[in-house]
Amino acid sequence: MTDSTKLNGNRRDTDGIEVIDLVHVYKKGPKAVDGVSLRVGPGEIYGFLGPNGAGKSTTVHILTTLLPPTDGTARVAGYDVRTEGRAVRDEIGVALQEAALDPFLTGREHMRLQGGLHGLVPDQIKPRADALLERVGLSDAADRRVGGYSGGMKRRLDLALALVHGPRILFLDEPTTGLDIQSRTALWEEVEGLADDEGVTVFLTTQYLEEADALADRVGIIDQGKLVAEGTPAALKAEIGRPTVEARPAEDVPLERLEAALARFGEPLPSDHGGAAVRLAEGTGELAEVVRALDSEGIEFADLQLHAPSLNDVFLAKTGRSLEGAGEEEPTGEEPIPEPAAA
Amino acid sequence: MEAVAYADSPFRTQARYLAWRSVVRTARQPIMIVPTLVFPLFLLAINASGLSAATEIPGFPTDSYLTFALAFPFIQGSIFATNTAGTNLAEDIQNGFFNRLQLTPMRGSSLLAGQLAGVLMVAIVQAITYLLVGLAAGAHFEAGIWGVPVLFALSFAISAGFGAFGLFVGLRSGSGEAVQGLFPLMFVLLFLSSASLPRDLIQQDWFQTAATINPVSYVIEAVRSLFVTGWDGEALALGFIVASSFFVVSMIAASFAMRERLERT
Repeated sequence: MTDSTKLNGNRRDTDGIEVIDLVHVYKKGPKAVDGVSLRVGPGEIYGFLGPNGAGKSTTVHILTTLLPPTDGTARVAGYDVRTEGRAVRDEIGVALQEAALDPFLTGREHMRLQGGLHGLVPDQIKPRADALLERVGLSDAADRRVGGYSGGMKRRLDLALALVHGPRILFLDEPTTGLDIQSRTALWEEVEGLADDEGVTVFLTTQYLEEADALADRVGIIDQGKLVAEGTPAALKAEIGRPTVEARPAEDVPLERLEAALARFGEPLPSDHGGAAVRLAEGTGELAEVVRALDSEGIEFADLQLHAPSLNDVFLAKTGRSLEGAGEEEPTGEEPIPEPAAA
Repeated sequence: MEAVAYADSPFRTQARYLAWRSVVRTARQPIMIVPTLVFPLFLLAINASGLSAATEIPGFPTDSYLTFALAFPFIQGSIFATNTAGTNLAEDIQNGFFNRLQLTPMRGSSLLAGQLAGVLMVAIVQAITYLLVGLAAGAHFEAGIWGVPVLFALSFAISAGFGAFGLFVGLRSGSGEAVQGLFPLMFVLLFLSSASLPRDLIQQDWFQTAATINPVSYVIEAVRSLFVTGWDGEALALGFIVASSFFVVSMIAASFAMRERLERT
């Protein structure tokens, strides 16, 4: 990329990701990625969800050209990751799992270095750096050495660095792992803004269900190298079942009355908490009717909970295991790429 | 955000930024600089006082052992360059910063050139310090004022050679510990050279042979000639040839190692 310019935010048909039958086998290890196919549309936030060791980071490393695929094809921004690595790198921004920063440089110096390595005109680096540092809330800390930054600050700087050259596609590999909820929420807002306001395509790996639920337009669930489910979070949850309502009667209310009242709204289920439970026939919209019915019949309750299906339920339904604690370190059978500890 | 414009000459631009980073991070780590200044001077002081009687050996080229020994810290300081260059690069590999660099359009050659910049900055500081301390302590500099730039150029070439070797080891091993493990080996090479005595005055045959085939002898004799003899064309030529050859071979090896290390497609 020499004398060209490009505009950020002009969404193009090629600003997506297309992966067909992607396979990666480490030299002395198992298949880390086993026939993954997916498509991410321009401006979409795609959540790649899975436990540790599922193959998320390996997939990201292939899509960002750090690792050649063993088999299959992958095109990022219209370029083949296997044969057009340089063109891919020009179009993408990447924040890998560990925010690898130089502790002896300041935040602003990192921006300057990153901009320079991307070949930006020197006069343009400073205003872009200032704007991005402001955007991620690091203006005040910009001239401090990164060695003194908190984990959240490093993540935000990492995001700013990934954006310095105006990429059309952003890869975020577990961007909020280890962050407190405040930092996590701030980062989510920033990522949402990038996709909504500037049309940046975001490929986000995460092992946090709420992160995928909150951020992603669509979610792909990967387990043991295979894509086991894909769709919008709502569609995936709807696919595996309707929500349930569980209530515990007040002290002087017979359980049978509560069970009978709830049974009118759907299929009764066993309750683990000494109450009554029912799978709603129509969906979450019925909750208000349930409450009104109990109230009109004078059935007081001590506790009432709506259990909407979660992505964990989806994962459970597809793999027979719970997402929490399902994973292990991502296997590598060859000299590891130093950046990620695990997928 | 406004449109992004891109500069021409990526190699120059990238090398400049990487050199700037290398210099800045080296300058901000006194531990990378101070020992390379203090330790060689400390050893010089011990040698100059403990081995001063060597000047009485018939044929010894100077009556000041300090003047004779002053070449030693220049080479010892250059050996530190191996450590600095290799460790910095290995740390980048270990902590993932190298991956960050790989994800930019950076060329491997830019990184090699840039990484050497920090080493050469230290080499300048070292050469100035050793020369000034040596002269202040009473050493002679027979080559005179015009010998100073030659001394600096030679010092530069030697540090570049050792620095490039450090880059090669750092890239191959990806381990700072492996680079630091070279240090004792380098010192063996230094002590098996003509660092302590002129080669023709070494009495032990095996030691004289070792010093003769040891390339370090020729770079140390080139530096020493500027202090002791003045202008010795043969010694200087041999010193520059050995240092430059070491640099070229090490850089070629480092370039291949860089190509292997840059796994990106």
